[in-house]
Amino acid sequence: MRAWLPLMLRALLLVLLLTFLLMPESFDPILRPLVQQNAPAIYNQGSLLTLTLLHLRTVAIATTAAILVAVPMAILVTRPIGAEFLPLSRGLVNIGQTFPPVAVLALAVPTLGFGEKPTLVALFLYGLLPIFENTLTGLTTLPPSVMEAARGTGMTGLQRLFKVELPLATPVILAGIRLSVVISLATATIGSTVAAKTLGEVIIAGLQANNLAFILQGGLIVGALAILIYDTLSAVERVAARRTGLNVR
Amino acid sequence: MKLRLDKLGVVVALLAVYAAFFAPLMIFRPNRIVPGQGKSLWESLPPSTSISFVVVISVAILITLFKTPLYLRLSAAAAVLAGLAISVGSAASFLTPDGNTYARVSPASGAWLLMLAFALLAADAIARLRPTPVVRIALLAVSLAGIALVLSSGLWDGLSIIREYAGRADVFWQEAGKHVTLAIGSLIAAAVVGLPLGVLAHRVTSLRAGILNTLNFVQTIPSIALFGILIAPLGWIAINVPGAAAIGIRGIGAAPAFVALFLYSLLPVVANTVVGLEGVPREANEAARGVGMTGRQRLFGIELPLAMPVILTGIRIVLVQNIGLATIAALIGGGGFGVFVFQGVGQTAMDLVLLGAVPTVVLAFTAATVLDALVELNAPVGTRGKAA
Repeated sequence: MRAWLPLMLRALLLVLLLTFLLMPESFDPILRPLVQQNAPAIYNQGSLLTLTLLHLRTVAIATTAAILVAVPMAILVTRPIGAEFLPLSRGLVNIGQTFPPVAVLALAVPTLGFGEKPTLVALFLYGLLPIFENTLTGLTTLPPSVMEAARGTGMTGLQRLFKVELPLATPVILAGIRLSVVISLATATIGSTVAAKTLGEVIIAGLQANNLAFILQGGLIVGALAILIYDTLSAVERVAARRTGLNVR
Repeated sequence: MKLRLDKLGVVVALLAVYAAFFAPLMIFRPNRIVPGQGKSLWESLPPSTSISFVVVISVAILITLFKTPLYLRLSAAAAVLAGLAISVGSAASFLTPDGNTYARVSPASGAWLLMLAFALLAADAIARLRPTPVVRIALLAVSLAGIALVLSSGLWDGLSIIREYAGRADVFWQEAGKHVTLAIGSLIAAAVVGLPLGVLAHRVTSLRAGILNTLNFVQTIPSIALFGILIAPLGWIAINVPGAAAIGIRGIGAAPAFVALFLYSLLPVVANTVVGLEGVPREANEAARGVGMTGRQRLFGIELPLAMPVILTGIRIVLVQNIGLATIAALIGGGGFGVFVFQGVGQTAMDLVLLGAVPTVVLAFTAATVLDALVELNAPVGTRGKAA
């Protein structure tokens, strides 16, 4: 019974989220006390569902791009041919993290214009570190005995990479992707300061009109999305970890 | 000795050649908001300066291309960066027509790429030299002193970003003060609350999941929403709690920003305290118990000191994160460097954005370097050097 409780809670959260997105008006009475008289309690300058989908799309594109760059990069610097770049790439990705997202957004605007593109750039840069860092950890902390055995059976470098190293590192890489997605989900809202269509629009409209209900619904939708996605990816990770048969943290 | 190509050197050299000879070094605009016109290195500088700068770059590229001693590479990178600082400054006065106060000159893609290429080279040389933490802090101090020297010498006074600064020097330092107070103040508050909470979560296993899950949830709320959500309760406190308004608690402004940063800071502090305490070897604890230490003595004498590197890592994450997040405080009137960023976006004045962004990045980078060094200095003897 106890084991089902967390799952039930998540299912409830999902149902709540979907209901809110599909029929926001039904929540009007709950949010009504938070706003001044005559002010709308439900975001009325666009569909919450559309904004949510656009929000998810932005995060998906940025994360995919970050995976496509970070994973090959980490593979490259752990091969003999790219080993010279290892110390530098580590430092570089670390420094990238010290740039505040707002600044990246604002500076990308003159070259990319307002809207989704600067947001994608900022999310991409922010998503790189966790994925790169974890892929690196996954690839460099494999049990030496396994690597010896792979070499002993006469596997080539490429075979070892695809048949041994990557499958074994998958859970750790997935953990990095999960972290990156959750950070991006929250950071994407900031994209609305440069007119990207994300849930940040709802929050910023609330800040401008002093409408607490808007701020709350924007923030809670993002929070709920983050929790659900985080849990789903954690589950995927556990399955992947079980398949490796290794006791990965 | 046979010269061998350095792989990273090839990348840096290609980048530098493109930046120096094919990209505009500077950008010239008749006033601060119109689109500008790129100026190549030759157009931006007086002939003698441009020739000497090109010579410096070329020598540095040659040093970079081949496997050369690390100190030589570091010096080459430092020489180009210093040359770049001087060139950018003299280009500003060279390109601005005499007496014209509207014209703006700022570094263009060429200058930024040159900076990137040789900063990469310097970073790589430093990483491969494996300096001790103290040396790293010294290097940072020297670089910051160099920047301060250039700024105070007036060399960059013609640059657009400094012009933006000159017009609002008072405000700049006010916002700088607010930014640092927000970032560090909330960190201190989070450490004061988070450390005991972490110890509690470590000791009382039944509370651990609850505490960590709650803090995890807080992290998932987007920063701008959390700032906004806190406006209402703080506004209520200001009106209804006597004395609250007197100490600066208000619905908008620094108070909700401070509380939001504090809440975001709690998770890394608490989580790292728990992880750090869990990592304390059982033998250490048992030996301490064996010699008759009380629970309190063990906590302060054994467990916390041994967990310190992990806790400090958490504090480093928080500080860098807070310095970045504090820029968003400007959206709710909390001040900080974000004020310039958002004003700049509103006016499409990119130099104003830079005036907010550059100090933030420098601040975050400084904090990260100093705390990384501290973490390493606190690591138990024998494991040093592995953290980096």
